[in-house]
Amino acid sequence: MSTPNGVLVRTPAAQRSRRQGTLWPTLRAIYIIWYRDILRFWRDRSRLIASFAQPLLYLVIFGTGLGSSLSGGSSFGGFNYTTFIYPGIIGMTVLFGSIFSAMSIVWDREFGFLKEVLVAPIDRSAVAIGKSLGGATQAMVQGLILLILAPVVGVKLSLLSVVAMVPLTFVLAFALSAMGVAIASRMKSMQGFQVVMNFLMMPMFFLSGALFPLGSRLPDWMKVLTVLDPAAYGIDPIRRVALGGTLPGPALDQLSLNVAGTVLPILAEVGILLAFGVVMLAVAVRNFRVRD
Amino acid sequence: MADQAVIAVHELAKNFGPVEAVRGIDLEVQPGEIFGFLGPNGAGKSTTINILCTLMRATSGTATVAGIDVDHDPAAVRSRIGLGFQDPSLDQQLTARENLEFHAFVYDVPASSRKERINEVLAMVDLADRADSVVMTYSGGMRRRLEIARGMMHTPDVLFLDEPTIGLDPQTRRHIWSYLGELPKRAGVTIFMTTHYMDEAEYCDRIAIIDHGKIQAVGTPDELKKMVGGDVVSITTSDNVTALAQIEAIAGATPIADNGTLRVEVPDGAAFVPRLVRETSVEVTSVAFRRPSLDDVFLKLTGRAIREEESSSTDQLRMMGRAWMGRGRR
Repeated sequence: MSTPNGVLVRTPAAQRSRRQGTLWPTLRAIYIIWYRDILRFWRDRSRLIASFAQPLLYLVIFGTGLGSSLSGGSSFGGFNYTTFIYPGIIGMTVLFGSIFSAMSIVWDREFGFLKEVLVAPIDRSAVAIGKSLGGATQAMVQGLILLILAPVVGVKLSLLSVVAMVPLTFVLAFALSAMGVAIASRMKSMQGFQVVMNFLMMPMFFLSGALFPLGSRLPDWMKVLTVLDPAAYGIDPIRRVALGGTLPGPALDQLSLNVAGTVLPILAEVGILLAFGVVMLAVAVRNFRVRD
Repeated sequence: MADQAVIAVHELAKNFGPVEAVRGIDLEVQPGEIFGFLGPNGAGKSTTINILCTLMRATSGTATVAGIDVDHDPAAVRSRIGLGFQDPSLDQQLTARENLEFHAFVYDVPASSRKERINEVLAMVDLADRADSVVMTYSGGMRRRLEIARGMMHTPDVLFLDEPTIGLDPQTRRHIWSYLGELPKRAGVTIFMTTHYMDEAEYCDRIAIIDHGKIQAVGTPDELKKMVGGDVVSITTSDNVTALAQIEAIAGATPIADNGTLRVEVPDGAAFVPRLVRETSVEVTSVAFRRPSLDDVFLKLTGRAIREEESSSTDQLRMMGRAWMGRGRR
């Protein structure tokens, strides 16, 4: 379609590769939106390093400090505190990573790039899905990188538990990314981000069981809140798989999320989290589809 | 399709709550035209362009772009139009090539011609040598050029440009125009642009002057200028008293003597000057005429001069917010 003197010849509409249906273009758009996120993530090494530094601080300084001032450690099922919070810190990294990545939509909006996506001839659901998957992938990678610290904190991981960790972190990352995208789809400026941080991310982190067990010792009002925290349903399975090689199941159950007196099986927790993610994604899709 | 309007707008209106931003616009743009939408900030330019680009829905009225109703099939319209925004919408962390690849993907440019097409549009705006630099390292003018190139990636029927040169220095603006002016001939595209720079409107084939959400006049720059009445001719002669009567006879209007200069309004200054020299008996020592500018047209139509200030960044954010969030706020 090019001629030697650089004249741009128009492509007849019929010649364009317009495949039938809307599924293929949507998938292609999801892919490129996801790919852009990954490309930026990979290019921004400082963020990769930063995502490693914060968990390290929690594990080494917070974990050692608080752990050494706690007596015996029987409340952590016999683990030392650092070992106990290790899966929680993986969960925290996924939680923060997901929401930060999803919030890049607000960044895109402020810097204009979002407009390029919104005027494209694609179904806007691709924006919500692509962004959710992009955020999920980044957060999952950030979380899984921390597995290399397992020997340092005295956690024995089998190959199987490492493999199981991949879908578990992904589901958590996906659910929280979808939530972040749903929020970001309504947010007009970065100023609102601080509000999300303080009133959503931090409470979700504290109630998730990342730093203390969500067993029966908690007061009732707090139990209610932990049951409402989607992150709790993601961190619990991660902890069970990560510490499962070190501790028998019943002892772990005592540390686990407790819904109305029963300990949910991992698959149920994953199912609840996935359902939450799908609902959030639906909200995000709806928000992006609205046209004035 | 050749003779059919590529953009047809009929009684288009848009309200934001109680505010009537656009109050019933009718216009037609022919294929291959550079059509300028001229008006001050807040006149309804951006709202109209956003409706045509399917970023907003009209309150009433209809609009078709490339023969497709913008309200019925926005996705089809989007695939036929290219856009350049006043605030660059490029990903600054990606290279020019990566930005164009992204665009090619979402606009379904066939994989077989993607690479070739990217090279073509980059060459078109003289950015081939910087294709693999991250956009963050680009100057404002380069970004705008890349944005225009991106708008052309998928061979659109219409290229919409919202204030394509706002905030750029005059030299860069001329540079951008050297690309834009060529585009319809080179690529067979129609350009629909907004501007509030009067000098830029001169590059357009036709202009619509919009104010308070209504079109005040449409025409070629020359046609619009003729609405002002004519050219203002200033003459000095060796004998103004004799000349005055003679000029009055030629021009059909009484010149005004002012500080030794005779001033007269004539319909066509260029035709008047030779007659003046030929038909007056006294010696004409100097003659000058000023063609009315689009500023004069705007002044005549709206009763005020166009504001030349740049739209502030908060204005732009607000506008983008409206476009994106679509919550009907202003």
